[in-house]
Amino acid sequence: MSLEVQIKKQLGRFALDIAFEHEAGVLGLLGESGCGKSITLKCIAGIMQPDAGRIVLNDRVLFDSGQKINLPPQARKVGYLFQDYVLFPNMTAAENIRSGMRGTRAEKKARCKSLLSDFYLEGEEDKYPAQLSGGQKQRVALARMLAADPELILLDEPFSALDHFLKMQLSPGMHRLFERFEGSILYVSHNREEIREFCDDVVVLENGRPVEQLDIQTLFSHPRQLSSAKLIGITDFLRLEKRADGRFGIAAWDTVLAEHLAVPEDACCIGLRPGAFTLEKPQNTALSQEAEYLGYRRKGRRSGLFFALPAAEREAGGKAVIQAEIEAPAGEEEKYKAGERRRLYLAEEDLLLLEK
Amino acid sequence: MINDFSPLWISLKIAFFASLITLVLGVAAARLVCKTEKAKHFLDGLFTLPMVLPPTVTGFFLLILFGKNSPLGRALGKAGINVVFSAAGAVIAAAVVAFPLMYRSARGAFEQLDPDYIACARTLGMKESKIFFRVILPNTRPGLLSGVVLSFARSMGEFGATTLLAGNIPGRTQTMALAVYSAVQNNHKEAAMRWSLIIVVISFLAIFLMNRTMKRYQGTEVFSGALFRADKSKRSKAEEEP
Repeated sequence: MSLEVQIKKQLGRFALDIAFEHEAGVLGLLGESGCGKSITLKCIAGIMQPDAGRIVLNDRVLFDSGQKINLPPQARKVGYLFQDYVLFPNMTAAENIRSGMRGTRAEKKARCKSLLSDFYLEGEEDKYPAQLSGGQKQRVALARMLAADPELILLDEPFSALDHFLKMQLSPGMHRLFERFEGSILYVSHNREEIREFCDDVVVLENGRPVEQLDIQTLFSHPRQLSSAKLIGITDFLRLEKRADGRFGIAAWDTVLAEHLAVPEDACCIGLRPGAFTLEKPQNTALSQEAEYLGYRRKGRRSGLFFALPAAEREAGGKAVIQAEIEAPAGEEEKYKAGERRRLYLAEEDLLLLEK
Repeated sequence: MINDFSPLWISLKIAFFASLITLVLGVAAARLVCKTEKAKHFLDGLFTLPMVLPPTVTGFFLLILFGKNSPLGRALGKAGINVVFSAAGAVIAAAVVAFPLMYRSARGAFEQLDPDYIACARTLGMKESKIFFRVILPNTRPGLLSGVVLSFARSMGEFGATTLLAGNIPGRTQTMALAVYSAVQNNHKEAAMRWSLIIVVISFLAIFLMNRTMKRYQGTEVFSGALFRADKSKRSKAEEEP
């Protein structure tokens, strides 16, 4: 199983210029709406034509602008799950599933029967799409896609704009797909939780360009790029600057990073996860900074203690006071007086050095 | 009193064959225009022309095209087919004049169909011909049906082009519309009134039935299972489920 994608496409002012490779498993394409995720899928499926580039699936060239190869969608063996499933309204569930099947009538019938049972659709085969619930429609679409024997499956925001309850209805179908399909899957989403649940590797996209490609654990624990960090939900960033002595420090603070840290030359800022700062000095401190105690809020049996760090330059520009919330057992807040100054520590493993 | 009912049968026969021809040609023309990019506006103008031209002008061109002096007319004549002053000529005249109505309805229907249906069918590996017959045609039925009814009604009422190409031969090419003309000329006011009323009733019925059918389509969801012999009560239940 292998997929090699390298495409360029100009759409009005938007320029897509993307390249990635994928071996096996589920590869997520993560990015904000309008970053070119769907266009990439459409180009791979052959619904849209890239201006230039090359798409190779399992050693079959699907598209190559240099060699003037452009296989029609029918010959690509690429399944595409549309956002709203586009079941054919004039066909029953079973007819929909059989619509892309090859083989004799008896083979189709048997295959359809096993797909219906795989996707929990027994008893629904004679219903029309308008008579099916959202979850059933999704499962018919998945079964229909598998019936056409694709080598690669493209999932375009399969859970977009659905509330939690509906997502719960759709998850079984998706898990069944991963169980029944052995080829590669590309999963497009702007939702980090979905990517985390369903993908093995991720390509982070921004403005039509790939930012970085990494495995799912690394993305959530140690993203390297600023835009990846934003996409996994980190909101506080502090700008780094290089001091005269060659060490890196937080711009506008007098703090410098611990000397032994290997800071990449093009690191631009550090990302602060909620709860990254601690009150006790960890063994391997990356940086420390004095802060002012503001107050607390009670959370169950715990208290969140709020400290104000000095105004720092934000990555986006401008200065702002950074608030750090530190969790402690309830009652701990009585040890602090408003306005009191304490030193906060950031451990090495919690330090996120980001590049732009 | 009308003794000879031949104009009624001739009209129905001509309208039937003319709408059959426009259905096939109109759908083909609509597909062609939807697919091409370059000549789109040129073709659209060409196909719509018979709707805005005076029917006599259309008839005149058809007369030249199928006349004894044209290559096509001569070739057909050698094959023993005579279009001018024949029922075949009346069918051709009616079909040409009604064609734009069918073409425009079909084009509208094709353009309204969500292109994702076609894209999806392609990714499923369906052949283009299968996509056309199993996906495009069934899901554009309301639009195509209205095109057929409109062209049937238009063919029934065709006068100008028919007179020029097929003439006004009682028992052969005299349709109801032509019968009204002859009756008025011969001062048979009563006969003119009767034929006129029959035309009004038939045309009105056609449009009325079409509207009723369309309303049934749109009553729920244009492309819902209701169209395809599904049980209505079951469907509304399924829709209530989240």
